[in-house]
Amino acid sequence: MAEEKKMAGFICTGCGIGERLDAGQLETTSTRDGKMNTCVQHEMLCSKEGVQVIRDAIDNDGATHIMIAACSRRAKVEAFNFPEVAMTRANLREGVIWVRPDTDENKETTQEMADDYIRMACAEAKFSTKPSKSGEQELNKTIMVVGGGITGMTSAMEAAAAGYPVHLVEKSGALGGRIAEYYKVLPTRSPYAEPQESGIAEMAAAIEADDKITVHLNSTLAQTSGAPGRFSVDVATESGSTSNFTCGAIVQASGFTPYDANKLPEFGYDKSADVITNHELEALAKAANGGPIKRPSDGKEITSVAFVQNAGQCSDEEGKLAYFSGVTDLVSIKQAMYFKELNGDCDTTILFNNLRTPGAAGEDFYRAGQEAMVLFSKGIVSEVVPGDSLTVKFKDLILNEDTEMDCDLVVLAVGMEPNSGPDPYYATEGAGAPGPGEEANPNAVPEISVDSILNLDYRQGTDLPQLKYGFNDSHFICFPYETRRTGIYAAGPVRRPMDIQQARDDAAGATMKAIQAAENAGKGMAAHPRAGDLSYPIFRKEGCTQCKRCTVECPFGAINEDEKRYPLFNEARCRRCGTCMGACPVRVISFENYSIDTVGQQIKIVDIPEEWDEKPRILVLACENDAYPALDQAAMNGVEINPWARVIPVRCLGSVNLSWITDSLNNGYDGIVLMGCQRGEDYQCHFVRGSAMAAERMSKVGDTLQTLNLEPERVVVYEVAITDIERAPKLINDMAETIEKIGMSPFKF
Amino acid sequence: MSTNSQKYRNSFLKEVEANVEEGEWVKMCMQCGVCAGSCPLGKHWDHPPQEIFMMIRAGKREEVLTSDSMWMCTSCYNCIARCPRGLPITHIMHGLATYAKRLGLAPKNQPTQGFSQLFWDNLMKKGRVNELKMGLSMYFKDGFAQGVKNAMANQKLGQNMMKAKRMNAMEIIGGHGVKNPGDLAKIIKKAQEIEDGNIQDFS
Repeated sequence: MAEEKKMAGFICTGCGIGERLDAGQLETTSTRDGKMNTCVQHEMLCSKEGVQVIRDAIDNDGATHIMIAACSRRAKVEAFNFPEVAMTRANLREGVIWVRPDTDENKETTQEMADDYIRMACAEAKFSTKPSKSGEQELNKTIMVVGGGITGMTSAMEAAAAGYPVHLVEKSGALGGRIAEYYKVLPTRSPYAEPQESGIAEMAAAIEADDKITVHLNSTLAQTSGAPGRFSVDVATESGSTSNFTCGAIVQASGFTPYDANKLPEFGYDKSADVITNHELEALAKAANGGPIKRPSDGKEITSVAFVQNAGQCSDEEGKLAYFSGVTDLVSIKQAMYFKELNGDCDTTILFNNLRTPGAAGEDFYRAGQEAMVLFSKGIVSEVVPGDSLTVKFKDLILNEDTEMDCDLVVLAVGMEPNSGPDPYYATEGAGAPGPGEEANPNAVPEISVDSILNLDYRQGTDLPQLKYGFNDSHFICFPYETRRTGIYAAGPVRRPMDIQQARDDAAGATMKAIQAAENAGKGMAAHPRAGDLSYPIFRKEGCTQCKRCTVECPFGAINEDEKRYPLFNEARCRRCGTCMGACPVRVISFENYSIDTVGQQIKIVDIPEEWDEKPRILVLACENDAYPALDQAAMNGVEINPWARVIPVRCLGSVNLSWITDSLNNGYDGIVLMGCQRGEDYQCHFVRGSAMAAERMSKVGDTLQTLNLEPERVVVYEVAITDIERAPKLINDMAETIEKIGMSPFKF
Repeated sequence: MSTNSQKYRNSFLKEVEANVEEGEWVKMCMQCGVCAGSCPLGKHWDHPPQEIFMMIRAGKREEVLTSDSMWMCTSCYNCIARCPRGLPITHIMHGLATYAKRLGLAPKNQPTQGFSQLFWDNLMKKGRVNELKMGLSMYFKDGFAQGVKNAMANQKLGQNMMKAKRMNAMEIIGGHGVKNPGDLAKIIKKAQEIEDGNIQDFS
């Protein structure tokens, strides 16, 4: 340690803190218990003068660690921004005075609470160091776009327009993807009345003319290695040659494949050439070349068409798609209008169960279809009987009868399946994961193997992790483009089924995120949700037992292995959640400003009164993303929180190390409340798996409690949402009641 | 009976669009069923409007035009007020009933239809409705004996109407009318000619 630690404390007496608390005593606590070298009070620390006091202490007195006792760490972040020192905050306003009633009988416990928060912030400061970048990072402004369909093309054009060079990699021999095969597309402009030209050829020409975009046709990715800011990509062409380039971030726009209609024998797809899919109809309409659309079987001009909606989708039957592809009802309306345009007096009947026409064009386009005499009938098709004239058997759900109709052509509205690579977590979290009560099979593989798209050389698999039905996992509420591989963004139907306009919007969004990721990587900063964070995991190799828990549990696949099978941290891939830190049984992983010690020492320094004082202590570890803000909000609303609670924000519940739990029980805490985000399929965890990991680890905490001869009710884990403003304080208060019932911990020394 | 080649095709829908008043709206129905749920007399209908519209699309020409349903409409306008697609459902029902009658397909002895015919005939005589004659023709439409019974049963009502000057006993001779009923008849005849000319043949 070259520099000597100089610790300076600052206590704000504004916002009523000075009136409610004995600031003199807080000052004494910070220097006596908290070991601050200096401590000063200020009546309004966030004011210009107050900030100057802190600035002077850093600039003139050489303070290296500062403790600010004022409001919540989530408030006044612009004022209290001192990146050149290690800084901690004691939450006296939202954490203490706003959650305690201002009465004489509460004065003592309120002051005790404040004193503890001062001690905790001092301890945290003492064990923190100022976050600084690793020096590992590079700025590489190149963006790689995987897939040359509408999504990839839009992404490439957006990146180029923003001044970022692009490598566009396309598997086939031409740009345009599926849309190049389409006759027309859904309207994008008011009045949304007619199908319009796709303009894909013009887009392809613009891309070829753009010198910022390098197009690799007939190419696949042989290997993608590295991390954001320094991805190295080997591109293999069909002819066998390979080339290499580097890029800062990646957009994966690998698109979709139409559902295989051969899996629908009831609709006679394999028996009659006149039963086709919605995708095949596009080619048929295009081939008509402005003339009437003709029947595939005999070239007869088509005079009647039936569209079978939800063919093989929205179904709970085995082998069919369980989801709706969003756009297929609009597509059928569009295609029915092709016949109105090209085949004169052709009858078009759309047999639907639930007609869904989302998006800006939706309702208007539906009406336009009705105006054009497209016939809509609510019915479920059971069978298509092949023949010279096809017979469609269905149940009319309005007239409630089994009926049938004849037509020249049947179009099956099949859904979209994502072009994802193999799911890295297929056997553990994905489709092959064991159900409740089933034995896990770590070697489970999907029946149908798929080719990798990215060929990542990550230890945790070659492709993006999936959530469900093969779609890439992304936090669909807060950051939809973010995947579980930092710096790689999914866009278009590989992420969820969508139409062209949505895919284009998606591409623009993902591209902006990719640019941000490349820029952040250049500065050594984390991506969402800890955007801008410079700290990164450091690990003490001597202590490592090579147990691999960190590499397995990292939700973002950030940790590789070196030749000697030690973990190899990739700072640029890391999202700074600390799940690795929580996982490590030998506690060798830490961040500069967040470690086993920065939290562990806070737990230790809290004053634990003797048993006969009847003042229990409740440790609350609250996720900084949702639970902690909910508690802050509760404080603003004046919701009371029990005076025995001591709240410590954690980056993610996944970063909670079991040692904190055992230590606090040994130290005499009477109860522990853990607050994380919702887990499971509809998770809200900002780090995807952190909350689930924590729940898994805590399920084993019962053993620890048993060895200590403690009641299991003393440790509880809750899922808390940011909106749980009344509930979050109540959960803490419930624990106080529990303790009253079961009694104080016997571990008070 | 319609054959498969006409089912769920546009043929009857086109006929309705061409020949039924407001019939061009039928294609705009989105089958939400709000009309069926809003009709206060819905339970007396064989087919609520939603079904009638679906039957038109399904090509059930006979069933629709011989149906009793459209005749059950009392013009309360609840369906029109509630239809999210703005279909003038009441008008379409009357349009369909009229078209069915024109084709001679309307159900025989349908009471609403009988009343409508009496009303029309009464009106066309002088250009004004003669309440007394209208009432009497309603009473006696099923024969003399039944007519006397009906009249006796409604005796009080008739007296009250006279007291309130809503009905005049003198109307039995001649009664009031427009200035020139002959001209009115000419206007109606001309209108009927225009309407007949617009009807397209789908038979």
